Amino acid sequence: MTEEFKRPDGRKIDELRPITAKVGIIPNADGSAMWAFGGTVAIAAVYGPRKMHPQHAQNPEKCVLRCEYNMISFSVNDRIRPGTNRRASEISKITEWALEPVIQLEKFPNQVIDVYINIIQANASTRCAGINAAAMALAQAGIPMKSLASSVSIGKLDKQLVVDVNKHEEDWEEGEGPTDIPITMTPDGRITHMQLDGNIPKEQLKEAIKMAREATKKIHEIQKEALKKSVEARE
Amino acid sequence: MSERKVVIPGEVIFSESDYLPGDNTEKREEGIVATIFGVAEESNKLVRVIPISGAYQPRRGNVIIGTVVRMIPNGWFIDIDTPEDAFLSLSEVPRYVNRGELAEVLDLGEAVVAKIANIDKRGIDLTLRVHGLGKIEEGLLVKINPNKVPRVIGKEGSMINLIKDETKCQITVGQNGIIWISGPTTEDELHAKKAVEFITENFFMEGLTEEVKKWFEENKKE
Repeated sequence: MTEEFKRPDGRKIDELRPITAKVGIIPNADGSAMWAFGGTVAIAAVYGPRKMHPQHAQNPEKCVLRCEYNMISFSVNDRIRPGTNRRASEISKITEWALEPVIQLEKFPNQVIDVYINIIQANASTRCAGINAAAMALAQAGIPMKSLASSVSIGKLDKQLVVDVNKHEEDWEEGEGPTDIPITMTPDGRITHMQLDGNIPKEQLKEAIKMAREATKKIHEIQKEALKKSVEARE
Repeated sequence: MSERKVVIPGEVIFSESDYLPGDNTEKREEGIVATIFGVAEESNKLVRVIPISGAYQPRRGNVIIGTVVRMIPNGWFIDIDTPEDAFLSLSEVPRYVNRGELAEVLDLGEAVVAKIANIDKRGIDLTLRVHGLGKIEEGLLVKINPNKVPRVIGKEGSMINLIKDETKCQITVGQNGIIWISGPTTEDELHAKKAVEFITENFFMEGLTEEVKKWFEENKKE
């Protein structure tokens, strides 16, 4: 079965969509980056560390990471109502949890780091693109981090696992239907975030994590290259 | 390590165990690891990473340049390019100020060279009670990335002295990335500004002082 499985866009099961990564795209921000998985384009801007306002939200032990995920109204085929909704606030929180373990937040007590993620074009895996862009933007903002974080979505189409699902695959209708598993990892393969939407047997989940480990390694290399290129471009 | 190397957070700079971790680095099992995006440097086995981007972090003792944005009866609020405005108290000005006549000393929109006296929970306090600080009467203000300030000053001020000699301008560099240039003519000031811009564009280069010397030869003021 593994050999014969054909993905609708002709990719191999472990093949990512063409990736574009750019660092330093928003001059006003302290750090910024763009990440594109094929037709999914995310831009992230980082401001801070800066003073937390309102004061009662400050944490005297460590810095607060505040993420805001937003899909722009023209990012999908049917215009979505601008502004925050249930889904956007969930993904904002998920992004915070995915990135918090890699940032040395204890260095800036009572302060806040603001991360604004905008999806300007959506074709599934938007939260993964957002996290990848945010990780690069945080690094460019000169924020102390243990490492970067790289995110990828693993899909289960009927019974087959694939890497980096697109919209067409996300709405898979044959057999057992689609299962979407976004996973975020550090370069040494530790998981900072994992979600699961659908059904999957235990053994296959382990396999999915293994696939994500390989894919995030590739993504980490691209993030690294983009960050280094942003310096050399100014040379 | 003779050449500078750009590193990202989590990248192993040296895997040998005889190196020591300096600023913005960490010692882990795999070796010396960078914890910030920047340029890695090594001297006497001590490894450190210098950040190349990001926001200005105010420190006590920094000389900074800012502009007056708000006034209250006992002082001025100064915008020093930090998220929060700094406060300059009336008692930190080394001259007599008539009650209610603060604008005579410093008016809204006027620029000032000041020193950060203290940073605490309430905010940033400035002082003018050190020699060489005070209101900026005339000249040009240039804004650069605060992480590039050390390159503009150079080793023991070599770079800034070079620009001063070449352009005959007085230059004060604020740690927050604002530079005050004051010269005999506007042309001199613009010439100095171009030199500063050349440095910030080429901050990554090795032997930058020599390059700037060359730049001055090529770009003589007509």
